[in-house]
Amino acid sequence: MRTLRFREALREAMTEEMDRDPSVFLMGEEVGHYQGAYKVSEGMLERFGDKRVIDTPIAESGFAGIGVGAAMVGLRPIIEFMTWNFSAVAFDQILNNAAKVRQMSGGQLSCPIVFRGPNGSARQVGSQHSHAMEHFYATIPGLKVLAPAFPVDAKGLLKAAIRDDNPIVFLESETLYSVKGEVPDDLGPTEIGKAGIVREGADVTLVAYSRMTHVCVEAADVLAREGISAEVVDLRSLRPLDEDTLVRAARKTGRCVVVHEGWPYGGVGAEIADRIQRLAFDWLEAPVLRVASLDVPMPYNRALEETCIPQVPRVVATARRAARRGRD
Amino acid sequence: MTVDLEHLAGMYRQMLLIRRLEEEAARAYALGKIGGFLHLYIGQEAVAVGAVHALQPDDCVITTYRDHGLAIAKGMSARAMMAELYGKATGCSRGLGGSMHMFDVEHNMLGGYGIVGGHIPVAAGVAFASKYRGDGRVTLCFFGEGAVSIGGFHEGVSLAALWKLPIVFVCENNEYSMGTPLSRSMSVEDVSMKALGYGIDRDRFFVEDVVEVEQRIGEAVSRARSRSLPTLIEVRTYRFRGHSMSDPAKYRTQAELDEHKRRDPLHKAKDDLARDGYGEARLSALEASVEEEVADAVRFAEESPEPDASLLESTTYDGPFAA
Repeated sequence: MRTLRFREALREAMTEEMDRDPSVFLMGEEVGHYQGAYKVSEGMLERFGDKRVIDTPIAESGFAGIGVGAAMVGLRPIIEFMTWNFSAVAFDQILNNAAKVRQMSGGQLSCPIVFRGPNGSARQVGSQHSHAMEHFYATIPGLKVLAPAFPVDAKGLLKAAIRDDNPIVFLESETLYSVKGEVPDDLGPTEIGKAGIVREGADVTLVAYSRMTHVCVEAADVLAREGISAEVVDLRSLRPLDEDTLVRAARKTGRCVVVHEGWPYGGVGAEIADRIQRLAFDWLEAPVLRVASLDVPMPYNRALEETCIPQVPRVVATARRAARRGRD
Repeated sequence: MTVDLEHLAGMYRQMLLIRRLEEEAARAYALGKIGGFLHLYIGQEAVAVGAVHALQPDDCVITTYRDHGLAIAKGMSARAMMAELYGKATGCSRGLGGSMHMFDVEHNMLGGYGIVGGHIPVAAGVAFASKYRGDGRVTLCFFGEGAVSIGGFHEGVSLAALWKLPIVFVCENNEYSMGTPLSRSMSVEDVSMKALGYGIDRDRFFVEDVVEVEQRIGEAVSRARSRSLPTLIEVRTYRFRGHSMSDPAKYRTQAELDEHKRRDPLHKAKDDLARDGYGEARLSALEASVEEEVADAVRFAEESPEPDASLLESTTYDGPFAA
């Protein structure tokens, strides 16, 4: 077993899939000569040449649309957004073309495309560069939305995403790119739609994905010192959502806290809370609580940014509230 | 200009078929048998028919929501078109697309799209795939002059120019962006001028003769096929009906409309056939066969079954539904 950084795991996934299938190519801003804005695609231009590792001008709507058109006629594009924030100007391509073309053609066309890049907040990059875009995308039928937390899942899920015949929104995190983890040498694609239990617990269930999974694991350590045993569910896939694992974990403790970046109004957290209350109602001992970013645009100031993003203390306090309800 | 009479008769027949199908569609719409939006192509038929005659069957076309004419020109059956308008399971898109989303992948008609300009980068992507694979295909992308103001047009053309994609951008300038005339929607009325900034070839002409459309667009198609160079072509045309069925087109005068109708390319094609000796009897037989095909399409649409709700999930995802 080797230890890889998150970015290396992504690079391996793309490289292996491009070796395997000549219809796969990578396109985006600075993916080639610059070696990737976050060095995810480092070395890939040298390996595959500029026919398959394609630098684009700053035209997200244009190159997202080019990816969609190429996918419709059978290529398998990987479209990198330098950050998912910039996908806002390509939203029409993802919503109206990638996600719709299969249905509006009566099933004649598919769109096997992967849109990927860093999502959520980074470090003090301000209001326009800190969006949690999953809340906009996970609501769209026709898309699959993946958000791994660990290198092993980054690699396995990206391989699966590239081979999938549907349009995929693949969410990474700038703050995770250097995170290390064990990745087996011959890892194949990981099945899409399966959550993982990263920590077993008995008193409260923390549900998270991507970067927030790591925050929840830390919070679980703190809670353990207080005598509260927290289970941590890492969703990995937001659409499809692994209801079985989610419901099993909710029933196990009867107390759930959903932790995510992004605003609290609607979104993925509300969806998860809805599923838990519908499917595990009789097992619940407390309302499903949520820890989200504060309901304001992200401020630049370091301390204020920390206040806005879910941090360990806020997760711990909320989990404590859920765990103790009816017991104090 | 010498034109093979059989060739011209074939183009005239397609133009007439499109005209008559849409007239029947308008009638069915008034009776409530067709819902939603219905954007008619009446008056512009020579553009799609002439352009498609410049293509090989493997070449791809893609257009806006005013898409019936192009679909028929590319080889879609009248039945599949009319049944789609009726929302029936036998329609080209199984009743899920409707008037604005005519798809016929077998004939490389890659769809009608409802967001102005949004399909232009997609068309560039289809051409990108041709270049990537070296399959020698050309893509024709149609849009109205109303699309020239939106970003999708500029990003699509800019990338196609940068990467030298085998594509022809055909701007069907019908003088009105819904109800807004050219003079109030563009700082430069000559759309083909946009090509200059992107460093690609351009052409511009008034559509009076379907044969000329075939030849002019054919030049750009050969440039795309042999040298992988994109072209922007502005064809000046005119729609005889409103923007959609709800538009009485009060923003233009009857005299203006009448003037354009006098120069209807459909009538010119017929007159040319008559003048060059195609023969009254053969013309009548051709027109009768169109009437028969239209009547058959309407009957087929009327009698076809509604789509079943079981279609919904399988057409949303390839494979298991992802909820």
